[in-house]
Amino acid sequence: MIVDVIVIGGGASGLAAAISVKKRNKQVLLIERENELGGILNQCIHNGFGLEVFKEEYTGPEYAYKFIEEFNDLKIDYLLNTTVIKLVKNGDEFVVTISSTAQGLKEIKAKAVIISSGCYERTRGQIAMPGERPRGVITAGSAQRYLNINGYMVGKKAFILGSGDIGLIMARRMHLEGAEVLGVAEIMPYSNGLNRNIVQCLNDFDIPLYLSHTVTNVESDDSKRLKAITIQQVDERFNPISGTEKRFEVDTLLLSIGLIPDITLLDDLSVEVDQKTKSSKINQAYETSVPGLFICGNSLQVHDLVDNVSKESSRAGNCTADFLENKFKPRKKINIIPGKNILYVAPQYLDFGWDFTDLIISFRSSKKLEKAIAKVYQGDNLVYQKRRTFVVPAEMETISFPYQELNDSQDIRVELEEL
Amino acid sequence: MAKEFICIVCPRGCHVSVDDLGKITGNQCKRGETYVINEMTNPKRVLTTTVKTIFPEVPRASVKTKEAIPKGLIYQAMALINQVVIEKEMHIGEVIIPNILNTGVDVVLTKEIRRKEER
Repeated sequence: MIVDVIVIGGGASGLAAAISVKKRNKQVLLIERENELGGILNQCIHNGFGLEVFKEEYTGPEYAYKFIEEFNDLKIDYLLNTTVIKLVKNGDEFVVTISSTAQGLKEIKAKAVIISSGCYERTRGQIAMPGERPRGVITAGSAQRYLNINGYMVGKKAFILGSGDIGLIMARRMHLEGAEVLGVAEIMPYSNGLNRNIVQCLNDFDIPLYLSHTVTNVESDDSKRLKAITIQQVDERFNPISGTEKRFEVDTLLLSIGLIPDITLLDDLSVEVDQKTKSSKINQAYETSVPGLFICGNSLQVHDLVDNVSKESSRAGNCTADFLENKFKPRKKINIIPGKNILYVAPQYLDFGWDFTDLIISFRSSKKLEKAIAKVYQGDNLVYQKRRTFVVPAEMETISFPYQELNDSQDIRVELEEL
Repeated sequence: MAKEFICIVCPRGCHVSVDDLGKITGNQCKRGETYVINEMTNPKRVLTTTVKTIFPEVPRASVKTKEAIPKGLIYQAMALINQVVIEKEMHIGEVIIPNILNTGVDVVLTKEIRRKEER
């Protein structure tokens, strides 16, 4: 048996992708490794989700449920407690090896695959953090899972490294559950989190935020549990300044130091990786360099708003259906290149074999710009421009414009011009 | 003593200060003034947290106050919510604590409580 599409991952991205493929009357099988659908949304119990898609403010589980209901109404096939351990392509067919307690090892074939496997948290091993290696140093997302899903507090006195949104949310959450949260240190001179979270998670509870500070020592007690940490101010080259040491006795250090797309499943396939997004390069149809292999959501690029994940994944699902209907012929592709003040762009290619009306490009700025114009050039030709205000690296930007007038021989460059 | 606020109405994040005479400065638009007046007079927040259940496969269920409640009542609300234990399967949106602390606001489930199906 061969299914039309296998969707790997049942979070915000996989649900939206599967729904849009199914609505095009394709056969879909979604594979989820957890014991329920919804992915990371299930542990994000705070509110603020859905303002763009539903024009209402939902909590994470509520937002997920909106999609799970639609998913179930469409009677889409899915497997829970099942991990994909290998993904290869034989000729035109994908072979997906799954593993579960219920079914053991099994191979399933598919004509197309959508990767919606999300992202993982950077850990202590990925930054140079001096000191001992005790228990009690844990990523903020893991602590969030233990607390909100399993009901365990990871500690009583906590400090948080990194001011990303998960760290800020966890500062408030642990404080409300009775832990003492002594502070948040951020190595950059500005926070990476949303203003709303700085105000409502830190300022509301008088939790101090130490900007331009990082952890420079970790101490262990006799039972190998975290005893204390030291933070230090850093200079503009991120070197610790001596004399600025502050020591905090804590049993928990939460790390909120960045997210990386999870594309380990692509190891056996020859996809082209973008060093900036740390994920596969794609064309405007969310297709990787392997025909029929699509990728979306946080496994494509780390998003700040789940609404954008849903919208993007829904488009990716539609493109997958187009692929199955042979609505494209690979013809000629040009590069889409990040220019001045741009950190990355996705897609990285425009493939003229696909039939499209609009080209949608996501990007992040490389610095904070109060007023800017997003400009798209082909060669010296300005093909699109749009004014933007308050562009910050922490917020993903999206532009959309018709591309019939583009030629298929010159690369496209996206720039942000400061005003 | 001037009081400092970061306006969260839009991504701009104006630093707004209010002096002893109630003069508001630093906001770049009218909405910032409204925000600061609300924050000064009656700041409110939606509280989201979890409650215990008796089901080992779903040990916690997430809940929220259906509307924002006065910021000053958050700790008392936490203490009340932490006493709740869910003992039956329930739906998203069902009321866990009606009219918490006489605010007129209900605490509701934000998650379906279903024993896990085998699949």
